[in-house]
Amino acid sequence: MTRFLVPLGIFIVLVAFLAIGLNLNPREVPSPLVGKPAPAFELPQLHKPDEKFAPREMQGKVWLLNVWASWCASCRQEHPLLVDLSESKIVPIYGLNYKDQREDALRWLKQLGDPYVMSISDAEGRTGIDYGVYGVPETYVIDKAGVIRYKQIGPVTREALDGKILPLVKELQK
Amino acid sequence: MKPRHKRFAIIGGGLAALGIAAALVLNAFQSNLVFFFTPTQVAAGEAPQGKTFRIGGLVKEGSMKRQSDGLTVRFIVTDTAKEMSVAYTGILPDLFREGKGVVAQGKLGPDGLFAASEVLAKHDENYMPPEAQHAVEQAHKTAKSVKQ
Amino acid sequence: MIPELGHFALILALFMVLVQGTLPLIGAARGSLPWIALARPAARAQFLLVATAFGCLTWAFVANDFSVVYVAQHSNSRLPLIYRIAGVWGGHEGSLLLWMLMLSGWTLAVSALSRHLPDTMAARVLGVLGLVAVGFLLFILFTSNPFERLLPAAEDGRDLNPLLQDPGLVFHPPMLYMGYVGFSVAFAFAIAALLSGQLDAAWARWSRPWTTAAWIFLTLGIALGSWWAYYELGWGGWWFWDPVENASFLPWLVGTALVHSLAVTEKRGSFKNWTVLLAIAAFSLSLLGTFLVRSGVLSSVHAFATDPRRGIFILILLAIVIGGSLLLFALRAPKVGLGGSFALISRESLLLMNNVLLVVAAGSVLLGTLYPLFIDALGLGKLSVGPPYFNSVFAPLMVPALFLMALGPFARWKHASLADMAKRLRSAFVAALVVAIAVPLAFGQWTPLIALGLLLATWIIAGSVVNVIERVRATGGGLLAQPRSWYGMHLAHLGIAVFVIGVTMVKGYESEKDVRMEPDDTVSVGGYTFRFVGVREAMGPNYRAMVGELELSKDGKVLRTMNPEKRQYLSSAMPMTEAAIDTGLLRDVYVSLGEPIDERAWSVRVYHKPFVDWIWGGCLLMALGGLVAMSDRRYRLKKAASARVVTQGAAA
Repeated sequence: MTRFLVPLGIFIVLVAFLAIGLNLNPREVPSPLVGKPAPAFELPQLHKPDEKFAPREMQGKVWLLNVWASWCASCRQEHPLLVDLSESKIVPIYGLNYKDQREDALRWLKQLGDPYVMSISDAEGRTGIDYGVYGVPETYVIDKAGVIRYKQIGPVTREALDGKILPLVKELQK
Repeated sequence: MKPRHKRFAIIGGGLAALGIAAALVLNAFQSNLVFFFTPTQVAAGEAPQGKTFRIGGLVKEGSMKRQSDGLTVRFIVTDTAKEMSVAYTGILPDLFREGKGVVAQGKLGPDGLFAASEVLAKHDENYMPPEAQHAVEQAHKTAKSVKQ
Repeated sequence: MIPELGHFALILALFMVLVQGTLPLIGAARGSLPWIALARPAARAQFLLVATAFGCLTWAFVANDFSVVYVAQHSNSRLPLIYRIAGVWGGHEGSLLLWMLMLSGWTLAVSALSRHLPDTMAARVLGVLGLVAVGFLLFILFTSNPFERLLPAAEDGRDLNPLLQDPGLVFHPPMLYMGYVGFSVAFAFAIAALLSGQLDAAWARWSRPWTTAAWIFLTLGIALGSWWAYYELGWGGWWFWDPVENASFLPWLVGTALVHSLAVTEKRGSFKNWTVLLAIAAFSLSLLGTFLVRSGVLSSVHAFATDPRRGIFILILLAIVIGGSLLLFALRAPKVGLGGSFALISRESLLLMNNVLLVVAAGSVLLGTLYPLFIDALGLGKLSVGPPYFNSVFAPLMVPALFLMALGPFARWKHASLADMAKRLRSAFVAALVVAIAVPLAFGQWTPLIALGLLLATWIIAGSVVNVIERVRATGGGLLAQPRSWYGMHLAHLGIAVFVIGVTMVKGYESEKDVRMEPDDTVSVGGYTFRFVGVREAMGPNYRAMVGELELSKDGKVLRTMNPEKRQYLSSAMPMTEAAIDTGLLRDVYVSLGEPIDERAWSVRVYHKPFVDWIWGGCLLMALGGLVAMSDRRYRLKKAASARVVTQGAAA
């Protein structure tokens, strides 16, 4: 019977490699930025382009930085959750409007509701690169010392929010 | 011919086919594997001279320049830590843009210019080619560990 | 409401396939007739439910219901109707639903066309298909629900990827999936045989037409995909050895081996275990292909946006389905007896060599496809395996296979004589040799590779011609009296020969140029001259285009105007190159626009591709051969005969 087990053996080795391969999935790898200070930037605000915002202003607070764009369909998907979250006032959400046109972005917020304490425009996507953004949307949890504690790649889901983000935020706010 | 001999002949034939295939595979692997390096690795001299390899990263904004012949393009690929110059003659893929991820395959010249024979960009605007992403992530990792 | 209806239908379908996948199998094992009888109605109900779900999703697309996430991501109100329909399978969730629809369709076909099978066998086959469907429905419902709502609704959709807005997309995925999923029937037959222990010539005759049908669809699907890449990607290539292409090619290679091995099992009762193993492998590779595309473990131009949860789910599904069947194989195969013996030179041994070569070739393609993953998993670095690897491994393995192909039809079962075959094929070999020497010289360039390609192709064609003449003379029944399966084989072999000619000529004589062109500049390639007239702007239904105008002429005579386009899609701002192709029997002339260099000049790429259409023509011939073989009286007669037995039994 042993020789008839050969195909099964080969297959098991293959599955092992595929399983390891899945874990190598770049979207699963924890961001190198997690546990590191959030990269500094100074960018114009979306609503008041003459005024700037820098993350150091947030020292002492736990906050969320959500990268979004009006051209991004998945952002639409997570948006209602963010609006809910902002109404609950648990944690302030700041938006990084990534590679977007100002008018489009403003219209989008007007239409779907604005969950952000403030949105910052990163029209050229420079700051996005510093943060290692490789797909929109992405959401960062940043602690009182300005250190990134968690990065959500892709849309925020109910599970991610209740299972990871909110417990972490509560922990950090203590 | 006795059945036993026949069996040997058939098994022998099968093994021969496998052996030839294995030889072909090894031979092809030796000359046709294309390794991947990030601009940081290239800057550190890890990439081979005169052998084909791939690099990946982001096309630096404002770095794309068309040469006088109209077909050769030069641009800078960065993993946000290190940069390298790339030259390519031919028509770039539709999704090649400044500030976007790119993977190029070619050879490194003695002057440090990467002569690309092929430029790949992914067919979806929102996502970077995984190799380009890998390069940027590696650069972030090293940058942070150096600072600490 | 309608999307919810679709979602609900899918949930009901899951319950239905749970019934279909358990009770008939238990019934067949215990001999419980009422449980066995459940298989067919359950299969029909499953199809109705899945078709309803698919219809609901199609409706959401046609009606521009952007409150459905999937529609909002893959459609747009400006998208023409035909692409709104094709958009249903333009993304991950919808293409899985299409996969599921195909599976239900095949299941329905098996339940309707299996009247001549013993009821226990039919119940087992349908039961196994039901179990496969359970896995896929769970996958769709838990990780990839296409009916998920988006509230508030999007004002307009994000649009279908412009690459996919093409007639090719309308047909390519359904064909390919029909092939992929079709192997699930061969797989179900194999598992049913292992379960029942009935693995004989009759079993092979039942599963042969199903396997051939799947093989036809897969052949057409791959050919369509290749043709689509050729004219849509604007690079003039027709095969890139991209992981996703390989994922469809692997089941084809193993499926081709299976078609041949089934012939031996049917005619001689040999190769039984091997046939079963191939049937499992063909379907496993279809599943593996799905895994590779959906999980994003390999980088490919086709990759969908990935979600790690999906990858894990498919991997588990893969492990259960394939691991389970291989375990069953290891337990049951030792009890399956050997078939008739055969000599070292015989049709059996030639078919065995064909099988070994095809499987080894499939193995080397699989290795090349997964090698980057292995190396990455072992932490040895990142690398990619390019087309040169595949070309330098695959082509040498195919040379002996092509050579043996002409020989096969001449060899007798059990025992054949080499001297006799050599005598009968002498004229064919001489013809091949003449063509291999003369034709490249006539084209002005003789290289060993071109000569070898033409030698093999002519050898196959001439071999088939000799075989047809011999057989018609020997039987004296005229051309039409011969069995269709035999004609099918020759047609398919002819298809391979035509394909080989296409590949050889394109590789050997194609020429291309990248040039900078200003109005009135000319460029020549392969004896054709292009004059650049200029570029104007035009509007499409959902894109803005720069339309180039080039005048094609040969020997000073103007042939036609060609209009390659550079499109900018409005909703996604994605640029797209649309090549202009002048198609001919003996050559294609191909031009695509690069980018504007300054106000007057553009970069332009022109190609001359001799015989390129023979590549797809060959695939069409192969598929046609499969169709003719499937229609052989042998498969229908059995049905009629067994139907008669049943009616007589009922009358008695």
